[in-house]
Amino acid sequence: MGNTSSMLTQYDIEEVQSHCQDLFEQQEILSLYQRFCQLDRNAKGFISSDEFLSVPEFAMNPLSLRLLKMVDALNFKDFVAFLSAFSAKASLKQKVKLIFQVYDSDCNGKVSFKDIMEVLRDLSGSFMSDEQREQVLSQVLNEAGYTNESFLTLEDFIKVFGSCKPEMDVEIPVD
Amino acid sequence: MSSRAGKLVTSRSELNIEDYLPSGSSIEEPRGKLRLLDLIDISPTLTEAAGAIIDDSFTRCFKSNPPEPWNWNIYLFPLWCFGVVVRYCILFPLRCLTLAFGWFIFLSTFIPVHSLLKGQDKLRKNIERVLVEMICSFFVGSWTGVVKYHGPRPSIRPKQVYVANHTSMIDFIVLEQMTAFAVIMQKHPGWVGLLQSTILESVGCIWFNRSEAKDREIVARKLIVSNSLHGNVQGAFELGCTVCPIAIKYNKIFVDAFWNSRKQSFTMHLLQLMTSWAVVCEVWYLEPQTIRPGETAIEFAERVRDMISLRAGLKKVPWDGYLKYSRPSSKHSERKQQSFAESLLARLEEK
Repeated sequence: MGNTSSMLTQYDIEEVQSHCQDLFEQQEILSLYQRFCQLDRNAKGFISSDEFLSVPEFAMNPLSLRLLKMVDALNFKDFVAFLSAFSAKASLKQKVKLIFQVYDSDCNGKVSFKDIMEVLRDLSGSFMSDEQREQVLSQVLNEAGYTNESFLTLEDFIKVFGSCKPEMDVEIPVD
Repeated sequence: MSSRAGKLVTSRSELNIEDYLPSGSSIEEPRGKLRLLDLIDISPTLTEAAGAIIDDSFTRCFKSNPPEPWNWNIYLFPLWCFGVVVRYCILFPLRCLTLAFGWFIFLSTFIPVHSLLKGQDKLRKNIERVLVEMICSFFVGSWTGVVKYHGPRPSIRPKQVYVANHTSMIDFIVLEQMTAFAVIMQKHPGWVGLLQSTILESVGCIWFNRSEAKDREIVARKLIVSNSLHGNVQGAFELGCTVCPIAIKYNKIFVDAFWNSRKQSFTMHLLQLMTSWAVVCEVWYLEPQTIRPGETAIEFAERVRDMISLRAGLKKVPWDGYLKYSRPSSKHSERKQQSFAESLLARLEEK
């Protein structure tokens, strides 16, 4: 079944743990490593897009292509860091930051009307027209005090979320 | 406000994938006026994606369980060593001899019959069928297969399709020794492929390549094998045939009949079986089923699947075995998009 945990030393685990800000326990990191090796079929040290897409539940997710850009060819340390936002111990800021990064595909620190539209398009597909999407977005933006020309930063996102921590927890199965 | 895009299209009942997704990702229907927060909060979708990355039911199907470590001590270890000696030095050579003997009889009868009786097709086919059954018995014997059959032996009738849960080629051999079915099978490389082309042709088997899997219209009159209760068999259920379910269950105590086709070649797997103590399995021939009035093909397939999994004590998974080699269809993601769009539009109406 690929590499066993004997390939990951205690030192490695601690390094990965500090890189993800201690959001995962050591056992969880070991489980993630097993999973990483399972997905990384030829032990390249990273998981390719194809290998991610070979997980049917991931491939059929509407945001899979956006997420793929963020996780493609990550090494194990960064893979864990990416997933750390889904730990139950992660803070609101850390979770919102991941959401922000999904929207901010060009990584310029700003989310425009167009960016949100693109994500909306991924989520609703052909079941909503562009006009409907624009209409919905303009309406809620205006009500929140922004305009169609506004650029939202991470701080804006955090402000919008307020005290509602997004429900974004995943449990790592530990054997 | 027009909501023409929100038209519901459900012409056939589909498998509800959401039932099988890890729990904790159920998207609750929010109520109340739509806010910016609701629109940009994509956390449910992200959580599902992360859940899939971390663990998914599909990959789990194909993971072979690591062997349980034995509790070694001064008594067990020598006993186990003795067992190894018996298995490899006594049983294995005996089994190889039996198998070789079986092959010898088979080939020396099959080849002449195949070439000499070219004119009399019916007689030839009957003899070949018997011979195939015989060689399969030899195979099963070479692993000291202890097979218990339950239920009436299948009889050859037209418009009959057999569906079984399937782990590997072993199932095929176990079933074939009882009755020479014709099978729809994946063409394997190597010597197995050679066997498939020559000998099994006589029984009427049909080959396909999974990469050209569009052509599912070809149907054998007898047996279609479905992978771990995955859905390769939609075609059979739609054809209006009688479906006879067969459940196969292996006793894991003796040997793990699971063949990880990516990790082991079939030859290695056979050798592994031949150096184990025994392959113990049970085969149940279940009552033939026909499609009930008002039942769709998918519901029928589900019903048969439930019967088989109940008998064999297996867990159902809504994935098609084809997904091992290709992407899921866009149908699944479209359904998610549809429900998202509909809930959004519905909330928009609430002012």
